[in-house]
Amino acid sequence: MSLDQIVDGLSEVSCDVLVIGGGTAGPMAALKAKLKNPKANVVLLEKANVKRSGAISMGMDGLNNAVIPGYATPEQYTKEITIANDGIVDQKAVYKYAQNCYKIIEELDSFGIRFLKNENGDYAVKKVHHIGTYVLPMPNGETVKKALYRQLRRARILISNRYMATRLLKSADGRIAGAVSVNTRTAEMLVIKAKAVILCMGAAGRLGLPTSGYMFGTYENAANSGDGYAMAYHAGAALANLECYQINPLIKDYNGPACAYVAGPFGAFTANNEGSRFIECDYWSGQMMLEFYNELLSGKGPVFLQLKHLHPDTISEIESTLHKVERPTRGLFQQGRGVDYRNDSIEMHISEIGFCSGHSASGVFVDDNARTTVPGLYAAGDMASVPHNYMLGAFTNGSVAGIDAMEFADNHDFAEFDAQDVAKERDRVMAPTKREDGIPPNQVEYKTRRLVNDYLQPPKVTRKYELGMRRLAEARQDMQEHMIARNAHELLRALEVQSIMDCADMAVHASLYREESRWGLYHWRTDFPEKDNENWFCHTLLSKQDGKMTSEKRAVEPYVVPIADDEKDLYDKQRIRASA
Amino acid sequence: MPLASYQTSVPVVVDDAKCIADKGCTVCVDVCPLDVLRISDMTNKAYMAYDECWYCMPCEADCPTGAVTVNIPYLLR
Repeated sequence: MSLDQIVDGLSEVSCDVLVIGGGTAGPMAALKAKLKNPKANVVLLEKANVKRSGAISMGMDGLNNAVIPGYATPEQYTKEITIANDGIVDQKAVYKYAQNCYKIIEELDSFGIRFLKNENGDYAVKKVHHIGTYVLPMPNGETVKKALYRQLRRARILISNRYMATRLLKSADGRIAGAVSVNTRTAEMLVIKAKAVILCMGAAGRLGLPTSGYMFGTYENAANSGDGYAMAYHAGAALANLECYQINPLIKDYNGPACAYVAGPFGAFTANNEGSRFIECDYWSGQMMLEFYNELLSGKGPVFLQLKHLHPDTISEIESTLHKVERPTRGLFQQGRGVDYRNDSIEMHISEIGFCSGHSASGVFVDDNARTTVPGLYAAGDMASVPHNYMLGAFTNGSVAGIDAMEFADNHDFAEFDAQDVAKERDRVMAPTKREDGIPPNQVEYKTRRLVNDYLQPPKVTRKYELGMRRLAEARQDMQEHMIARNAHELLRALEVQSIMDCADMAVHASLYREESRWGLYHWRTDFPEKDNENWFCHTLLSKQDGKMTSEKRAVEPYVVPIADDEKDLYDKQRIRASA
Repeated sequence: MPLASYQTSVPVVVDDAKCIADKGCTVCVDVCPLDVLRISDMTNKAYMAYDECWYCMPCEADCPTGAVTVNIPYLLR
């Protein structure tokens, strides 16, 4: 029988801790859970293959947020991230990350992942952020996944590749009971009972449509279709600040990082078509993206990343990193365009929108123990609400989640779920395979994401959002009544479209709820152009209540690290000012 | 509604002479994050079955015989 042919089947297994998503946070969560209780069963479920899945499929060029003694303090880092997020931060989780991440760096080092050191043997940390110094290059960054995989095998983690989780299961009293999943090559369904579940399913990176029109030419790994956001929503968990979109400055058309974090410390900078700097700092923030947007519209665009003024040896060093790690096809792309960094600048543009806490602050709400609002359910990495947490945050918070989830599993028995919930989910999952005739998933997806671009890309206009909501509702009806899947692979895409549609609805709802502008371009509402601290200095939490999408305010927790009044707006001063 | 098939030039190219899928190798199919590679029933060689590529490279990097080449998808080239 050939791959992708649909097989009718449903089986059930159980484990103590179920980790969903084997990219960055997931492997670390699974490893830490297992090390916490080696007798327990830990299952790592992955839609692709753990060996090469997630944002770091081809490795990573460095740590963007390393808090290393002697270079930065947890207090300083917490302050910087708070200011970069316009103050809307529960500092406890950020502070805990900042305190723990150095231990994780040492642990990664023991796995065989190397970090750049200077001649004295100290970590060679570079400055990219506005205030502090936190960027640490990784000379063998392409080996990250391999090193992690070795650890997973050694710890005897049970890995299930090519299973896509579709919905979480809960008991009548609201505790987590497991998850429903489907094999992406046979469509056979698998129910996994678990005492605790950790979601590490990455960003919602397939929300907007890349301007190239190529649906899979996204910034994020295109497998990250927001399934974790959708699953958390349907399980009744709260999602935080979804209106704080992820929008990134990327290589035009290629739609990957250029990458200023690598080249900036060597002297590269973002320039307009006159070759002049216009932003103070290349660190990705909403305020920086707003200046980028303004420059593009001012007549001084296009915007470029400029390296050609650097020494040829320096350029070669940057080039060898950019063309080897994270997105190695950058080299092939530039070659095709005839771009040589020695003579040419890199044309940049603004990406499509997405949700991602790794770079902004839109994620499933978690506390400083990575707990969501559903008992027994955890989240870590790009999809959890700890802001700007990047790869090292995924590792560090994944570790926190793994340990806490195993403690939870050690103290609870399996929660009972209703068999009807599985039957209903099976009907929903398989529905596109039961239709003889209809619309294929790629067309539903293209249309949904095109609508996201047309109506949801900032600046956010209320009237546009209202129209977008109506158009998306029509597309949803088509999806629910007419979408077809003729084989298991198409079913995978059909399920992903449903996650994308849910994320689009959440983006509209969250954006209309917050009636102010904040986070620069990420939440610029033309009908409410000012920041309104009196009414909106708060988180927004979106959740499903009685079957309906609902938003509410949540107070910002008292700060652990105080911010002085004259520091609060440091990230608002991104534009370079003319001076005598 | 009837469906039509849609022409597309795929970015991942496999050199049949070097590909050893006919000897049981499935490395590129196994590692692809988007699961777009398959082994052909007709030639027993790997090929790109679905044009849903993130041009990320594991298929090319992990192929034991250097048979796989990732190109930039035409629309963004």
